[in-house]
Amino acid sequence: MKKFLSMSLIVAMTVATLTGCGGGSTEEKGGADTLKIGSMGPITGGAAYYGTEVKQGAQIAIDEINEAGGINGIKVEFNFQDDEADAEKAVNAYNTLKDWGVQMIVGATTSDATISLAAETANDNVFQITPSGSSVDCVTNPNAFQVCFSDPNQGIASAQYIAENKLASKVAVIYDSSSSYSSGIYENFAKKAKAEGIDIVATGSFTADNNTDFSVQLQDAKNNGAELVFLPVYYQQACIILKQAADMQYAPTFFGCDGLDGILGVDGFDTALAEGVMLLTPFAADDMAQATQDFVAKYEEAYKATPSQFAADAYDAVYVVKAAAEKAGITADMSASDICDALVEQMKTIEVEGITSVEGVPMKWDENGMVDKAPKAVIITDGAYKAM
Amino acid sequence: MGFLSYLISGISLGSIYAIIALGYTMVYGIAKMLNFAHGDVIMIGSYVVFTSTMMMGLPVPVGILASIVVCTVLGVLIEGIAYRPLRGTSSLAVLITAIGVSYFLQNAVQLVYGANAKSFKSVVPVKALSLADGALVISGETIVTIVSCIVIMIVLNTFVNKTKAGHAMLAVSEDRLAAQLMGINVNKTISLTFAIGSGLAAVAGMLLCSAYPNLTPTTGAMPGIKAFTAAVFGGIGSIPGAMLGGILLGIIEIMGKAYISTQLADAIVFAVLIIVLLVKPTGILGKKISEKV
Repeated sequence: MKKFLSMSLIVAMTVATLTGCGGGSTEEKGGADTLKIGSMGPITGGAAYYGTEVKQGAQIAIDEINEAGGINGIKVEFNFQDDEADAEKAVNAYNTLKDWGVQMIVGATTSDATISLAAETANDNVFQITPSGSSVDCVTNPNAFQVCFSDPNQGIASAQYIAENKLASKVAVIYDSSSSYSSGIYENFAKKAKAEGIDIVATGSFTADNNTDFSVQLQDAKNNGAELVFLPVYYQQACIILKQAADMQYAPTFFGCDGLDGILGVDGFDTALAEGVMLLTPFAADDMAQATQDFVAKYEEAYKATPSQFAADAYDAVYVVKAAAEKAGITADMSASDICDALVEQMKTIEVEGITSVEGVPMKWDENGMVDKAPKAVIITDGAYKAM
Repeated sequence: MGFLSYLISGISLGSIYAIIALGYTMVYGIAKMLNFAHGDVIMIGSYVVFTSTMMMGLPVPVGILASIVVCTVLGVLIEGIAYRPLRGTSSLAVLITAIGVSYFLQNAVQLVYGANAKSFKSVVPVKALSLADGALVISGETIVTIVSCIVIMIVLNTFVNKTKAGHAMLAVSEDRLAAQLMGINVNKTISLTFAIGSGLAAVAGMLLCSAYPNLTPTTGAMPGIKAFTAAVFGGIGSIPGAMLGGILLGIIEIMGKAYISTQLADAIVFAVLIIVLLVKPTGILGKKISEKV
């Protein structure tokens, strides 16, 4: 019986491997009459929320473009790979996309994956624009661009916003010192806060291995009389921080960055805890702008969920590719490297108005590939994001 | 006041470690194996509470009961399917199987529930206690956690020392072969141990996710490792030892964070463990058992 079981397992595995290969090689021979845009992000694992949003947001843009006739009259094909927010798996995902014949990349979703992807695309000279990889290291290569704010810009913008709106004079920060995203924002926030005369009275750090108990960091903030707690962290930790603050009856203003976006989408989360939380994010689903309303309606119809900034960034990223590709006159038979050269040239001059930019102030890109756009602040009221 | 509130946080965190550590220590003491899937049973228990109370809207006591039943059955099943066939083979084989079970449970849950974090509103109905004009606040979860930890420890100790089944457990832990010769059903006793350990895991899961509401398929992994450390710290195989080890570990972790460094908390915990093991290799309350030849 045991022998039979192991034999049948071996057979099953062999079949699976063989069919896997077969599938790949047939797709390789795709026709040269479409433009191939690849994308990647985590759709499994702890950061799956972000990748799923990016995938769905980009898909909506691709569908719209194809319905309207494509880019320069050429239809667009879209292929999204799972990278599990892992640097190594991002390279595997990129290789899969290369086998498929990818010509431009909208990705990756998270910073670490984007950085490792960028090293590969730089070697091959493939155009890459990340919707949401916010580390400055994502765009060190000339072929890489960002749609979201870079980490330093988020930190600086947050400090500026707090100072300009006089939200608090005594501020505490809780950040993840083991994440480049969190510490990148924190460092620049601290610098800017000092320049603006904001007093950082408590700084509590934590690491990825010790991110379930924040009572000490919160107690420290409370004891030092912080009126505002700045949280450059992801929403998973923010859920716990908000809960523990409520437990110790500490109610400062909580202020976060784009990592907090998504907190209202957590199943079973007591949204009353997030009441009054402010976050700086380039997108608010209840924005009255027509383009935003249309996107949100389509997204809600297709996926039965309200899109967050990640979906919006991905949607914009696809349109940025379209704008640059149309200006550069890209055709389907061009190689990925030629397309890259042409697009990089256009990125210096194009201006795109999207759903993640403030109306009337289009996005532009500097020579480093970083985006130049104005931030929007959002406050959580009655369990929904409201533009401030 | 700062010190006192840190101490309470530490005891609260430590009580959760202690309840998890009890599961490790009982299984180790009796079956002489490390059940690395224990942390994942906790996670499953939390998902059961989440499903029954948040998704199906059942009352909280029903959810807790369902979670205990599911975990108990799961524990017995894991033991029967994954560990029993390997009893008598090298302990390494069982250890690897346990790691396999752990990954299996994590991935199975991810398939069913997806990888997105879930959260649940605390299932603890107790109000927070506010002392000294709000300077010291003890949350309802903390009170319930500490009380349940003490109750569980007393009940368990009485069970092991006063009942027939408990005596059978003690006998199996001392000498499996001799116990069998005396007419004790070893398989049944070990199953019972897994049932109790896993039932406790359900309670621990519920308390863990009420205090730290972030539920993912890997939620049980880190507390599982910490609790295992606590069990070793207190002397693996000893029930009061697991309790003491868990609570001390929680206090050391929180105090380390508060007075030394928030980033080095884990390093401090494990450094203390190493020192204790250097001085007392069997742990704080561990008994020294000489190998029988």
